[in-house]
Amino acid sequence: MRNALNETLLRSLIPGVLAILVRRGADFAAAEDAVQEALIEALRAWPGDQPRDPKGWLVTVAWRRFLDATRSEASRRRREDLADQEPEAGPATSIDDTLWLYFLCAHPSLSPASAVALTLRAVGGLTTRQIADAYLVPEATMAQRISRAKRTVSGARLDQPGDVATVVRVLYLVFNEGYTGDVDLATEAIRLTRQLATAIDHPEVAGLLALMLLHQARRPARTAPDGSIVPLAVQDRTRWDTAMIAEGVEILQAALARDRLGEFQAQAAIAALHADAPVAGETDWVQIVEWYDELTELTDSPVVRLNRAVAVGEADGPRAGLAALAGLDPELPRYLAVAAYLHERDGDRVTAARMYAEAARKASHLAERDHLTRQAARLNTSANG
Amino acid sequence: MAKYLLLKHYRGNPAAVNDVPMDKWTPEEVSAHIKYMNDFAARLEESGEFVSGDALAPEGIWVRYDGEGRPPVTDGPFAETKDLIAGWMIIDVDSHERAVELAGELSAAPGANGKPIHEWLELRPFLHMAPTDTECEMH
Repeated sequence: MRNALNETLLRSLIPGVLAILVRRGADFAAAEDAVQEALIEALRAWPGDQPRDPKGWLVTVAWRRFLDATRSEASRRRREDLADQEPEAGPATSIDDTLWLYFLCAHPSLSPASAVALTLRAVGGLTTRQIADAYLVPEATMAQRISRAKRTVSGARLDQPGDVATVVRVLYLVFNEGYTGDVDLATEAIRLTRQLATAIDHPEVAGLLALMLLHQARRPARTAPDGSIVPLAVQDRTRWDTAMIAEGVEILQAALARDRLGEFQAQAAIAALHADAPVAGETDWVQIVEWYDELTELTDSPVVRLNRAVAVGEADGPRAGLAALAGLDPELPRYLAVAAYLHERDGDRVTAARMYAEAARKASHLAERDHLTRQAARLNTSANG
Repeated sequence: MAKYLLLKHYRGNPAAVNDVPMDKWTPEEVSAHIKYMNDFAARLEESGEFVSGDALAPEGIWVRYDGEGRPPVTDGPFAETKDLIAGWMIIDVDSHERAVELAGELSAAPGANGKPIHEWLELRPFLHMAPTDTECEMH
């Protein structure tokens, strides 16, 4: 009997193994390559024969791979120095090592896409192929993106504590912009954020974790079996994951109690208010508008003001919602979809249908375009009936 | 990151600056052109922005369903279709600006007399699949 491989366990060991190699003197780029090779070897060998000490196994294999690679390049002297060191599993990864890796992989000198790819490989323990599949690019392209990212950060000094905001931003991107392939990136983002939350006590890290949990909890209800979008108002709320909601709310409340509000806590608070309503009609829109006001103060983002207009439309009526749109650029993504929705609520179905159709033409996501097209079609075929 | 399609046309695009058909070039010019295209793709692979690319033969026909139990109807080939696609490249880049920059580079491929063709390429953004989105709810 082959044992089922616990891939999550395997992945969780990766940053610690990498940190051990770096502490032994391996440079980050070479160590990371060696750890990736050990990971691929583990994925191949462990299902039949899982080692008693998985972390020790990974360190030994990675260290051997590192020496092999170094042998072909480095001077004889350096190689002997390294070979003299006894490969030990070492102590459990210190929290600082894990944090150091998060900061390095989210270094501000990296483009968002590079930071995401490097984080998933070095901190997340995903293979290049899994990352390539998740972003729908060839493996060779993803391999290049990662090795360029490593070259970019190779000279980075992290003697100063990094900025948590950059790490949080990268994890947020992993959650929001991945696709579901072999690896579910939303689940992976939650795992990495949870791990970060144990390494650093920061209300925005907690806020992001709460936000992710509250959204993930609604995921089963967000899409119909045919892949089409189910709007929040008509979702089957019995399909929401109540345990996950409870966890998200608890994490959020603890973060908010510390009185250091940030945008992720505010977004999570809005998600929590939606989660709290047993039926759409009982949503506390007045409080949601208040949170959007907080969020506007924190970010002043046009996207936030657009979403605020929807909430205002629910709290104070569609006219108020349309008034809240004033001053926003109509070219803003989803502006037309929001305007169409408010016009329909206001009884102007003709304008709404026209705007939904135009919004569909400008949509940048496939499921969103289809949803908007259906909205336009619904109004156009029933407007005169 | 966002994916874009770069479309190269046999016909249907505005006339290039160096508008000499390929069969009027010298063999060396043809080789130089092909090398430029290959190097371009290799550079994109190296920069982590390449997704795929391919060329199409100019001959094509129209095909349509003709009802239950009947074979599809075909029509053509037509010598004078208005718009004729020669090939494509798909790239995955950080920004629209970067996509435009790369299309410009590709359009500089050498043609007759070894000079850039300045051919017009079509640049089209992909419609993304639906990711999670914590910022917007659909209505």
